Amino acid sequence: MSELIQSPTMDMTRSLSSNVMTTRFDKLLGWARKYSLFQYPFVTACCGMEFMSTACSHYDLDRFGAAFPRFSPRQADVIWVVGTISHKIAPVLKTIYEQMADPKWVVSFGACASCGGPYDNYATVQGIDTIIPVDVYIAGCPPRPEAVLDGLLKLQELIQNQKHEWK
Amino acid sequence: MSKFPEHIAIEKANPTAVLDWHERFGDRTLIVEAKQIVEVVRTLKDAFGYDMLVDLTCVDYLPRRPRFEMVYHFLNVESKARLRVKAQLEESHARVASLMEFYPIADWFEREVWDLFGIKFEGHTNLKRIMLYEEFEGHPLRKDYPKTKRQPLMGPQN
Ligand code: SF4
Repeated sequence: MSELIQSPTMDMTRSLSSNVMTTRFDKLLGWARKYSLFQYPFVTACCGMEFMSTACSHYDLDRFGAAFPRFSPRQADVIWVVGTISHKIAPVLKTIYEQMADPKWVVSFGACASCGGPYDNYATVQGIDTIIPVDVYIAGCPPRPEAVLDGLLKLQELIQNQKHEWK
Repeated sequence: MSKFPEHIAIEKANPTAVLDWHERFGDRTLIVEAKQIVEVVRTLKDAFGYDMLVDLTCVDYLPRRPRFEMVYHFLNVESKARLRVKAQLEESHARVASLMEFYPIADWFEREVWDLFGIKFEGHTNLKRIMLYEEFEGHPLRKDYPKTKRQPLMGPQN
């Protein structure tokens, strides 16, 4: 009893420490956002097969809180650009990106989306970063599911550590 | 190697239609006069039952003359007989009759060849680009289309 009177703050810290966690609000938002990613799969070519196998139960994107595909860009947080982007589809990709509500992220999946891949020709966009900003690039033609998961973890790391708009 | 029946029948109906022919490993090919392609196809379809146009495409043999070669693949679905027909086109007269009236699928095939090679199909009712966008200039599968030429709708030129 006499101890309590002597140092009330110390005791409060001690009794709260097992029940309360302190953090920065930004970190909390990052934590919440990185585990509730609604994704928009913009799948145009062969990489799509690998995306499907990663998303399905074998590799299971759901473990990382990123399983829910939304086919409306208005409801999506992250757009996966999976496959070859031709000049013809480029304006569509840009429109869809612009329709997404903030906060939003872009993953460039595979060699084609990242840099044109094997197609250096009249038809193919040489990397989607010439059209929209990209957060994570995943290498490979196509990338193995492990690489895709690694890319997703990198994206989550990025979301955790970035500054969040919330007002 | 003896002439195959299709060849004989076409020659009978149009003596000047067949320019050359060959047969290797069971692949039979007729090279015909481009101006007479409609008569040739009519014979093939009516008398030999080639009821399916499997493919229609074009090859650019620059700098050979004649420069372009149309290639048609026909299939008789019932007897499984196949026949390839080729027709050569001069660059100055890069046009050939449309096969839409015989095979509706020729509609899209011919639009593709128009889009990528710039061959005009006479009698086609809707000859516009099918792969590329309307703003695109030129025909990219022609051998003289510059390899590095880009015509993006947006973003940087190269
Ligand atoms: S990167 Fe390879 S697998 Fe992926 S879309 Fe391009 S060509 Fe296909």
